[in-house]
Amino acid sequence: MTQINITVDGVTYVDQVEPRLLLVHYLRDVLGKTGTPIGCDTSNCGTCTVLMDGVSVKSCSVLAVQADGTEITTIEGLANGEWHPLQKAFHEEHALQCGYCTPGMILASADLLRDNPHPTDEQIRDGLEGNLCRCTGYEHIVRAVRRAAQAGAGQ
Amino acid sequence: MTTTAQPPTAELGKARRRKEDARLVTGQTTWTDNLVLPGMLHLAFVRSPYAHARITSVDVSAARSLPGVVAAFSGADFAEEQGSLPCAWPVTPDIVIPAHPPMAVEEVRYVGEAVAVVVARDRYTAADALASIDVGYDPLEPVLDMRTALDENSPKVHESGNKSYEWVFANGDLDAAFRDAPVVIERNYRQQRLIPCAMEPRAVVSSWIGDDVTLWSATQIPHVLRFAIAAFFGIPEQSIRVIAPDVGGGFGSKLQVTAEEVLAVLISRRLGKPVKWTESRSEGNMTVHHGRDQWQRIRLAADSDGGIRGLSVDLLADMGAYLMLVTPGVPLLGAFMYPGIYKMDAYSFRCTGIFTTKMPTDAYRGAGRPEATFAIERIMDELAAELGVDPLEVRERNWIKHEEFPYTTVCGLTYDSGNYEAATARAKELFGYEDLKAEQAERNARGDSVRLGIGVSTFTEMCGLAPSRVLGSLSYGAGGWEHAAIRMLPTGKVEVVTGSSAHGQGHETAWSQIVADQLGVPFEDIRVLHGDTQVAPKGMDTYGSRSLAVGGMALVGACDKVIAKAKVIASAMLEAPPESVEFAAGKFSVGGGKEVSIQEVSLATFAAHNLPEGVEPSLDSDYTYDPDNFSFPHGTHLCATEVDTETGMVKIRSYVAVDDIGQVVNPLIVDGQVHGGIAQGIGQALYEEAVYDDAGNLLTTTLADYLLPSAADLPSFVTDRTVSPAANRLGVKGVGEAGTIASTPAVVNAIVDALRPLGIRDITMPCTPERVWRAIETARGGAASSNGGAA
Repeated sequence: MTQINITVDGVTYVDQVEPRLLLVHYLRDVLGKTGTPIGCDTSNCGTCTVLMDGVSVKSCSVLAVQADGTEITTIEGLANGEWHPLQKAFHEEHALQCGYCTPGMILASADLLRDNPHPTDEQIRDGLEGNLCRCTGYEHIVRAVRRAAQAGAGQ
Repeated sequence: MTTTAQPPTAELGKARRRKEDARLVTGQTTWTDNLVLPGMLHLAFVRSPYAHARITSVDVSAARSLPGVVAAFSGADFAEEQGSLPCAWPVTPDIVIPAHPPMAVEEVRYVGEAVAVVVARDRYTAADALASIDVGYDPLEPVLDMRTALDENSPKVHESGNKSYEWVFANGDLDAAFRDAPVVIERNYRQQRLIPCAMEPRAVVSSWIGDDVTLWSATQIPHVLRFAIAAFFGIPEQSIRVIAPDVGGGFGSKLQVTAEEVLAVLISRRLGKPVKWTESRSEGNMTVHHGRDQWQRIRLAADSDGGIRGLSVDLLADMGAYLMLVTPGVPLLGAFMYPGIYKMDAYSFRCTGIFTTKMPTDAYRGAGRPEATFAIERIMDELAAELGVDPLEVRERNWIKHEEFPYTTVCGLTYDSGNYEAATARAKELFGYEDLKAEQAERNARGDSVRLGIGVSTFTEMCGLAPSRVLGSLSYGAGGWEHAAIRMLPTGKVEVVTGSSAHGQGHETAWSQIVADQLGVPFEDIRVLHGDTQVAPKGMDTYGSRSLAVGGMALVGACDKVIAKAKVIASAMLEAPPESVEFAAGKFSVGGGKEVSIQEVSLATFAAHNLPEGVEPSLDSDYTYDPDNFSFPHGTHLCATEVDTETGMVKIRSYVAVDDIGQVVNPLIVDGQVHGGIAQGIGQALYEEAVYDDAGNLLTTTLADYLLPSAADLPSFVTDRTVSPAANRLGVKGVGEAGTIASTPAVVNAIVDALRPLGIRDITMPCTPERVWRAIETARGGAASSNGGAA
């Protein structure tokens, strides 16, 4: 077992974990932060995307021990008193149906807008290539990211 | 040109933002895998690495002795109680339905079939212990090609052979239609095997308390599942509660009674502990039922002016190794759809269901109708090419004119409404059809190496499954009704209980809109309850684009009964005879400005102090609606592709969809359904295929091998609607599958249209760059073999 010191959604945790424990399982099974779901086992789908020190990572492809000393933001910690502009935009533009990909899609979008606060539609599509959605055909997701960008989400 | 039903009040047709979203965008969802119960154990399955083998031994003793492992079982350990997974659709009297034990006991028949299970304190320990289970196999010959599976010398999947059934339908004089027909076209099309890939993998939790079991499952069908567990596994129905919490997509794949669900129930009973099982994606690609997988032989006879004389369809359908819930019925849902929107006097259909040593197939978005639509829309393009006319012209020559509705087709279905002229005209306008045609001619003339293709799909579908008596006539094992209940709360708020079971469709929002209009109560005052058999005790669940056309109508019926009951009490409150009381916009009124709101009636009913003699003190009502017909959405989809003849790369340049789904409840939700449906149909056309190797191993076990379209692969879709209301009180038809049914032929027609000047008339799906390039090389007489290429 290895000790890790990790901040998740503003709360600091110190835990003993198996070195092989995936970050996403640490979040879900150890901390009970089930807002981050799992959609595959080969890091293709992006469902489990979280921000690690502000940068998007697929939490199925990070070991909990690799996250030692970092600050993690999940979908549960994104709102700050009120919904994040991306959460609002996904709701307004109907950018989710079953909602399973949504946490990862929103956090990947947050990182995309951090890199490029005013992306073109093509840049949005390319930027979200690593996040799969089976319900929406992405049309409304692109609109939502565009709307969030206009609302200053990437500033 | 189009008729628009005026919504009675404000809610119908309003782009309400969804009630569901708040929990979904904040991570407060209740996916089945989120559930943690005290003492809960985790399951992991040992699965067959062979496509076909006799099990000679299963030794679980080493696994049982590992730390953290509570139990390990083989199929033999449950042989007495695990029974056989049900098939609810014995399509013919002599259909072969082989026994399908949830855990194999004697023989395995596909890679991934469960043979043993570990029960451990956590998921890592359970997975680790799998390696300690020793299974002996005696490999048998796999059966991998349905085209040769009926040969005399073929190995057999089951002792009874490889044929499950043959189902036929015919109407009209087909011989006369083909005899001396000036044009006869015959084609063979391949519907490749697909993997549904809902984003949420399957998950199940089972917990017994005393004699009662609660089963949480990522399922589309909590009610059907409850019935099946009672009917086929000997647990009293009243002791079973099934909960479908938030469910992350289904597309038919969660319309199933699965081995893992049944085993979770049985194992948790035996151990007296709650158990959870959550599949990995790799496990799911192997063992979630697959879709499509048919060979289609279609023949069309026409007059020289393009008028269709007759159509004949001969299908081979791969059942996989077993018949699951509706496996054999899927091709039948297509049988009535091959004639599409076209008039003809003769039609015949034959389907042979064949066993192979692969994962069973079953319903996948559209289920039978995408296959039918693909074949008819592809061959209509071939007819146009044969005659040298525009593909839309030959379609218009044959389609049912809007003034001819209701129209009874050669299949005996009565299409209640439609306006193909209107949808097509609108689609052409949005697409810039004539301009694109001109550009194509110009680029072809100058020999552009990137070819422009224009693809057409004028589709219809039958949905709103289904009139119970029709299902009965097709030997289906259940009815097609839907149930709804309305609970009028004392404070004037409303609880709506629905038997439909949403998994992304937005019923909490759309149902609120319907009830708000019917009862005249605010949208915000309504809460929709679903997906728990203890809360919503009766239902037929969600699939086949049925929820609105059937479940929505059940809501209307339940609201009618609430209003009728309330009217009696309101008349007493208004001191007027019931027949003089009018109800509109949430108010009961008589002349002279005297009125009382439905909320005031609710409170008065709750108090029950001054109710008329003999009146029940309740407004609560329920209603079960059985439709008397299917609904028939239709539309015209147009696709423009750029096909690079040097690389085989296909790029969708533009895509226009004009759908007629009748009256729209929520246009935002409708657009989302259409977009997602189109994307899935494009996936079949360009990217997706479940591939087995020569030994029957699934090669596409991951999302790196089984390609779902990403945002970067798809264009922005242009969508619009025309409206010809359906013949039900809401005028609604259904929209869940339309996009998927329409888009696959639109895309492939566009690719073939681009390459037809090179002499190419088909590309086998998925139209990957390699296949397109090989088809081009073959057509040019190049060195590439036609392996998977041109037909």
